[in-house]
Amino acid sequence: MAKHKVTMTINGKSVTAEVDSRLLLVHFIRENLDMTGTHIGCDTSSCGACTILIDGKSVKSCTYLTVRADGAEITTIEGIAADGTNHPLQKAFHDQHGLHCGFCTPGMIMRSIDLLKTNPNPTEKEIRWGISGNLCRCTGYNNIVKSVQQAAAEMAKEKEASV
Amino acid sequence: MFKCKTSPEVGGMGHSVKRKEDARFLHGKGKFTDDVKLPGMLHMVIVRSPYAYAKILSINKEKALAIDGVLAVITGEDLAQYNLHWMPTLLSDSQMVLPTDTVMHQSQEVCAVIATDRYIAVDGAEAVDVQYEPMKALVDPYKALDKDAPLLRPDKEGQKDNHIYHWERGERAKTDAAIAAADVVVKERIYLPRIHVASIETCGVVASYDKDTEKMLIYLTSQAPHAIRTILALVAGHVGLSEEKIRIIAPDIGGGFGGKVPVYPGYVIAIAASFLIGKPVKWIEDRSENLVNGFARDYHMDCELAATKDGKIQAFKVSTLADHGYTDSSANPSKYPTGMFSICTGSYDYEHAFAELDAVYTNKAPGGVAYRCSFRVTEAVHAIERMVDKLAAEIGKDPAQLRFENFIKKEQFPYASPLGWSYDSGDYKQTLEKAMDMIGYADYKKEQAEKRAQGKLMGIGICTFTEVVGAGPSKDFDILGIKMFDSAEIRVHPTGKALARFGTKSQGQGHETTYAQILAEELGIPYTDIEIDEGDTDTAPYGLGTYASRSTPTAGAAAAIAARKLRDKGKKIAAHLLEVSEEDIEWEVGKYFVKGAPEKSKTIQDVAFAAYTNFPEGMEPGFEATHYYDPPNLTFPNGAYICVVEVEEETGAIDVKRFVAIDDCGNIINPMIVEGQIHGGLTQGIAPAMYEGIVYDDEGNVLNGTLMDYLVPTAVESPHWETGHTITPSPHHPLGAKGVAESPTVGAPPAIANAIIDALYPLGIKHLDIPITPDKVWDAIQVAKAKA
Amino acid sequence: MIPANFNYHKANTLKEAIALSQELGEEAKYMSGGHSLLPMMKLRFATPEHIIDISKIKGLSYIKEEGNLLKIGALTTQTELEHNPNLKENYPIFGDAVWLTADPSVRNCGTIGGNIAHGDAANDQPALMLALRATIIAEGVDGKKSIPIDDFFHGFYMTALEPGDILTEIQIPKTKKNSGGAYHKVERKVGDYATAGVAVHIELDDDGVCQEIGIGLTNVSAVPMRLERGEEILRGKKITDELIEQVGVIAGEDAEPESDLRGSEAYKRSIVNTITKRMLNKALERARK
Repeated sequence: MAKHKVTMTINGKSVTAEVDSRLLLVHFIRENLDMTGTHIGCDTSSCGACTILIDGKSVKSCTYLTVRADGAEITTIEGIAADGTNHPLQKAFHDQHGLHCGFCTPGMIMRSIDLLKTNPNPTEKEIRWGISGNLCRCTGYNNIVKSVQQAAAEMAKEKEASV
Repeated sequence: MFKCKTSPEVGGMGHSVKRKEDARFLHGKGKFTDDVKLPGMLHMVIVRSPYAYAKILSINKEKALAIDGVLAVITGEDLAQYNLHWMPTLLSDSQMVLPTDTVMHQSQEVCAVIATDRYIAVDGAEAVDVQYEPMKALVDPYKALDKDAPLLRPDKEGQKDNHIYHWERGERAKTDAAIAAADVVVKERIYLPRIHVASIETCGVVASYDKDTEKMLIYLTSQAPHAIRTILALVAGHVGLSEEKIRIIAPDIGGGFGGKVPVYPGYVIAIAASFLIGKPVKWIEDRSENLVNGFARDYHMDCELAATKDGKIQAFKVSTLADHGYTDSSANPSKYPTGMFSICTGSYDYEHAFAELDAVYTNKAPGGVAYRCSFRVTEAVHAIERMVDKLAAEIGKDPAQLRFENFIKKEQFPYASPLGWSYDSGDYKQTLEKAMDMIGYADYKKEQAEKRAQGKLMGIGICTFTEVVGAGPSKDFDILGIKMFDSAEIRVHPTGKALARFGTKSQGQGHETTYAQILAEELGIPYTDIEIDEGDTDTAPYGLGTYASRSTPTAGAAAAIAARKLRDKGKKIAAHLLEVSEEDIEWEVGKYFVKGAPEKSKTIQDVAFAAYTNFPEGMEPGFEATHYYDPPNLTFPNGAYICVVEVEEETGAIDVKRFVAIDDCGNIINPMIVEGQIHGGLTQGIAPAMYEGIVYDDEGNVLNGTLMDYLVPTAVESPHWETGHTITPSPHHPLGAKGVAESPTVGAPPAIANAIIDALYPLGIKHLDIPITPDKVWDAIQVAKAKA
Repeated sequence: MIPANFNYHKANTLKEAIALSQELGEEAKYMSGGHSLLPMMKLRFATPEHIIDISKIKGLSYIKEEGNLLKIGALTTQTELEHNPNLKENYPIFGDAVWLTADPSVRNCGTIGGNIAHGDAANDQPALMLALRATIIAEGVDGKKSIPIDDFFHGFYMTALEPGDILTEIQIPKTKKNSGGAYHKVERKVGDYATAGVAVHIELDDDGVCQEIGIGLTNVSAVPMRLERGEEILRGKKITDELIEQVGVIAGEDAEPESDLRGSEAYKRSIVNTITKRMLNKALERARK
């Protein structure tokens, strides 16, 4: 089987690799790049634990071929804030107890970034529908909703301040 | 109410401090089993049976071994050479690691492929050619004891049929007599279906055997690493795996809920493979493997509840048929095969009760996982809470009123239940009153009457449960003889900071925060100055792990007592430093002072420093303490849950309008974390009530073995939970605390079922088994209408 | 779950894709969003030898009105459908459907072309296309072809697309005055395939008489299904509650659902009946605005 040369930007850094056609992006990120914050929970694109951003949009990386990401800009949980700092969503999940075991959390946060980008001021219902492709078995979602609400408010404030 | 003794900075009990463990998860730096990568690591993939019951005619490895990178295909025959093809279960049954001749359930492990890469291992598994001779599977447990049923376990000496055991508790004759004489008897067959914990992280292992040191290092998704180490040593001692050579590390765990207590065949195969090959071997379940192996519930319960005509409960009887699959591999640490099922008499005061159970073999996956419940409490509570509602409906009494009239009263505690438990404390009346106030019960009753008059279907469901958690006292519990204590080991360093290690293992419960808070409460050292460590059998003290809501009742108690030992030592040091006698020293959180002269004082940090630098003559230096806590009793958290639903007659659609949960778990260590646990458990309660259940067809095939069809609720299905609490401290726990995290999983399903059935009652529907789905409701409505 | 080995080929243009398909033969499959095909490959229900990636082909992602037509490029994602201002304003049936399709991350990848070309009666877009009387534009070795939606779905996962054909565009008659559409499906949980779904599109004249009507059904038959008998009853008439009631009954009768994990056959027939009535009313309400 032929190998394919791919080049993509991951968390701001350019990465070039030779990969098999069938290599799933989630495995490329976890195994080839050793970034294990992106998780695998279901294999059927049902749980969202593997959610990352491709060109700014949330995507389930267990259902995405690495070769297709050639030329793409990819962001994972490891790349949403500079070392030692927190993205407003990371801070909010901590403040609102939006995580228990932490396994779904990276995917949940990556999805929420896209959600807040397309809808900066979502209602509770819009948040619940907006994260409906991401399963959490621990929190009962109440506090995840609160986390997204807090982050939305903080990001709105930041935006206002920067204008 | 509970009053905090410490400042928020110290962060002792009662403070909602934020979790210390969060940062690594939020930054993608958690370390889960699948994140472990060792040099030279191989990957294992399991070939599984497509049939529920079949003879294995042949396993041809050739094509698989021809694939570049496939190193081995391990079969039952291979393991049999080392006598590792079977393993004992906790309940004295036996389970195949890999079969040599027969598969007993669909998706059973048939053989395992070891390869250099995960992808190649999957290709290898596809290439293994297994020939089967399928046989007629036994799927219906009610047919398991038929004369013409196949004998599923001829391998077991003396096994003449598919009956595994009979268990009973209580007085059959007196209960039968009370039922026969009662004014009112309600009966129902209630089924709690097979469900799965479906933690978002599946199970997995990385086993690494070093032939030179003879050490076996195992990273394992385990809620009970110490117990597993002992079991491994007992099972594999004969091939040279000695307990001191086994190190199990349970790294971060992506949800457990009981599903990561058992020893799965895949673990054993990977460990055996590493032992034989001498290289690290990783096995991570995929989701379908996870969902079709292991299960919880699967109890068919015939219930009878007897009462006077005005609703005073007199007797309860329940006869259960339990479907265990092909072996009884229940992850049950109690001395009773049915675990805590005898809590089924509930929160009510009456004299006569009898519970019995027969367990049978079928061609289904084994498991018997204590899914977020201290083994069979969910079944027990569902039985009694459904029956109490059925009684209320039968005699036309408000179900809340009926409960008030039958509750065990506050002053009756400790209460000896008819089936032998000693309930420690509770104030059931206050808890239910609080739930009714919070939801506005009277208003909903009015609204319901109005809606019913308009022909609309609205229901209100109550559940007032009593849980039994904190396994447990050695008289009731052990695992292979090991008592169910748990442990804490505290080291306070010279600078007054501390490290504490425990025999438990968090899977999201927040131990790194709550244990630190317990120590902050007892020692006055800020919780931020205390590191918590668990899960490594080489470093942590021996303990039985985290499940059965036992961490706070056992290890939490051990932490408090170990801290008090330190405080006693510290008092001697403080007396030495302040140059007074020990009797003149008093303690308040964080410092020792001289009686009557509070300005003369030494902080706990001063004392810790002195323990290494300036201790009294003759005293052993250092500031460390350890305690192993064997609880005198279980704890009995309880709660009152109320659910309001509307059902659309035309479609069967169910809308959960409100859900209020009032929990009483005694004194609370961290209210934020407790509330979070309740939220999560409630969603795991609505899941079996309305969505989840493993479905088999007549051939024993699982029909919903992926998350596309096994319907784990999302944020949309999960209602906005409303929570609150009452506090009735446990009288026997050093902190007055009780376990809590399982209460919502136990209490929510009957509250929801009661609400939906209440909504449908005007149509003549008196019972539905969970999961109550819209199509099931619609079908029931058609049947009811046809009858009417 | 990992797909079997295959060879990946990226097509930069339609021509390239079609040529690749010619060259590689029947063992080659096109992939656009990948959210129908890749899951099947991971389960090894599908084991194509070659994948031709058409997602990078430029110029196939658009939503525009030209003449009397609304044209949607086949590579337009579900998310783009969801947020398009024109669709939101004038074709709310798309919003109804997309909101209920899979989940937002899947919708970021999944394309309208893939949803239709897969030929799966459980997908949501086929019912919409039937209701809206779409024309499917495809390109293949023989050039461009235009396929009326009623000739498009042939059988279980089978369509009028021939080997090498690529669905490129969906054409829908531009929305008219006094017209409206609506879609709803009953699902076991959010993002699930439909237990049953109904798409309705109605066009009225100034007197409120039904000039044109389209009713498409989701997942109640092996092939995406048009409710012809129902349409005939309403066409040319003023739509009344009685007529709606009648069409609901017909929907329940004409649907061909099977009992499965989503419910009994009888339940599904009843759901189709109910949802058909509700969508007729909703579409009517929108048409009358």
